[in-house]
Amino acid sequence: MAERITEDGRMKEETILQLNHVDRIYEDGDTRVQALSDVNLKVRKGEFISLIGSSGCGKTTTLRLIAGLDQPQNGKIFLDGEEIAGPDPRRGYVFQQGALFNWLTVEDNIAAGLKARHVYQKNRHRIQEFIDMTGLTGFEKSYPHQISGGMAQRVAIARALVNDPEILLLDEPMGALDSFTRANLQDQLLAIQKKNHTTMILVTHDVDEAIYLSDRIVIMTPRPGKIAQVIDVDIPKPRQRGGTEFLMLRRKLLEKFNLASADPQPEYNI
Amino acid sequence: MKKRRYPFAVGLTISGYFLAVILNALFPQIADVKTKTYRLFVLMVDRNDFYRGILILLALLFLITGLLSRKDPKRRNQYVKNAPLQFALGIGLLLWDILGTKTQIFVQPFFPGPTQILESFLQEGGFIFSNTLYSLRLYLFGFLLGAAFGIGTGILIGWFPKVYYWVHPVLHITGIIPAVAWMPFALTLIPTAFWAAVFLIVICVWFPVASVTAQGIAGTPKVLLEAARTLGGSTAYQLFHVALPNALPQVFAGLSTANAFAFTTLVMAEMMGQPGGLGYYINLAKVWSSYYKVFAAILIMAILFSLITEVLNRIQSRVLRWQKGLLKTEE
Repeated sequence: MAERITEDGRMKEETILQLNHVDRIYEDGDTRVQALSDVNLKVRKGEFISLIGSSGCGKTTTLRLIAGLDQPQNGKIFLDGEEIAGPDPRRGYVFQQGALFNWLTVEDNIAAGLKARHVYQKNRHRIQEFIDMTGLTGFEKSYPHQISGGMAQRVAIARALVNDPEILLLDEPMGALDSFTRANLQDQLLAIQKKNHTTMILVTHDVDEAIYLSDRIVIMTPRPGKIAQVIDVDIPKPRQRGGTEFLMLRRKLLEKFNLASADPQPEYNI
Repeated sequence: MKKRRYPFAVGLTISGYFLAVILNALFPQIADVKTKTYRLFVLMVDRNDFYRGILILLALLFLITGLLSRKDPKRRNQYVKNAPLQFALGIGLLLWDILGTKTQIFVQPFFPGPTQILESFLQEGGFIFSNTLYSLRLYLFGFLLGAAFGIGTGILIGWFPKVYYWVHPVLHITGIIPAVAWMPFALTLIPTAFWAAVFLIVICVWFPVASVTAQGIAGTPKVLLEAARTLGGSTAYQLFHVALPNALPQVFAGLSTANAFAFTTLVMAEMMGQPGGLGYYINLAKVWSSYYKVFAAILIMAILFSLITEVLNRIQSRVLRWQKGLLKTEE
């Protein structure tokens, strides 16, 4: 069973997101790829979840289904008991390469969601709040190509957060960043979560990142993509990247991951 | 070193024009041509006075720009870079004056000198001006309507696959035909000559603009549209706030191409049946073998079309200012 509830108080918190027997099959001519097979997952409000696994295990597919950018063949996904039918600003999405609007300034990129929903006038004061929160102060009038990759990802995160989503979906947002920028951004994500209590689901292939950020880690395996195991991370935050518990969990996870992976030589970042 | 070079550059720029002025004044008129005097506001001038006056005005203009640019390093460098070219231009005018007018070594009346060309403005400046306005009006109506239709159909073709299926082949086939080929139909079917010409310009602008706009819209990265959808953007938002701005660089490329087509079509349309315009003026002058007037009209076209192109370029760099520093051309 994919879902494991620990004995501490968190089990009493309400479930915000639920995936029930989700299948996703891609058909292209004669080839048929089962991207996801019977995926079941319950996510609690305010939780930080990481989806981890080798490429092709369906991490991104799962995230896209939750976002409503893609539809499952079988099974259902519920947010607050309501079935997901399409994209909705209540489920914010941060894309792998940022997907910023190059013709808009940092400020206008962040405001895009408010303008798209026609609530800009009422909420414009919040733009600066998110600019400050993501450490983009002073770059309001810059265009995306004028800022670094790390800053671009922070703009993408702020752009999703300004809509005040119930859940933030992060598709390897730190994949292309150097390790210092990455560590910095990870801390900012934690700070944002502490402040806003946003539920976050992160797709990553970085074991350290998953341990550092997550309350639970979902290990996925490919061909067909499914959930192999869900691991609780009970280390109190903020976590020490070199701490004993951290390293022990890391070893445990790498072993599991190794077994869980279909490839003899799994790819992971250390 | 650089400091000392600058006054020299200013001197070089204006000295070519001054040499041309001096030579025009001192070189005897060898070929037998009558010199008429015209009334220019309060002054009585002949064509040589007029020519020298314009050269002196140009030289003064470049002197003032030289003085104004001395503080700005970027404009200074540009000025220094242009100085030899400006000097050569002055010398070129000088030689042209001698060969075309003073000695008439050039075959007349086909290759008149600069003073003769300028004489057209003394003779019928008002008429040339009204024809210029006619051309400008024709251009503006044709280009703006064509651009609006082009962007409109381009958006529809690029966004809706059904429209692409039905309209794109039509655009593809009719777009290849030079707009002036429709002239017989335009002239018979459209009641006024002016609107017939507007129609031709609209056609020639419409095709390139529609086709590149459609390409730009259809080529919008899917991830940008998905980002808009997750942010709560409606279909209209995705089209007008994502796909369209993303396509704008291509739209402007199309407008530049269309601009050049529009000039060609404009002049051809005017030469083949308009009651006014610079093309009409050229035709009129040609009938009387007044080639100096043809050159005068060509000179005005060069100035007018450069100005229009410059305006278009400025609008483009304003609208696409987010690209600044992104492209190789802007270093």
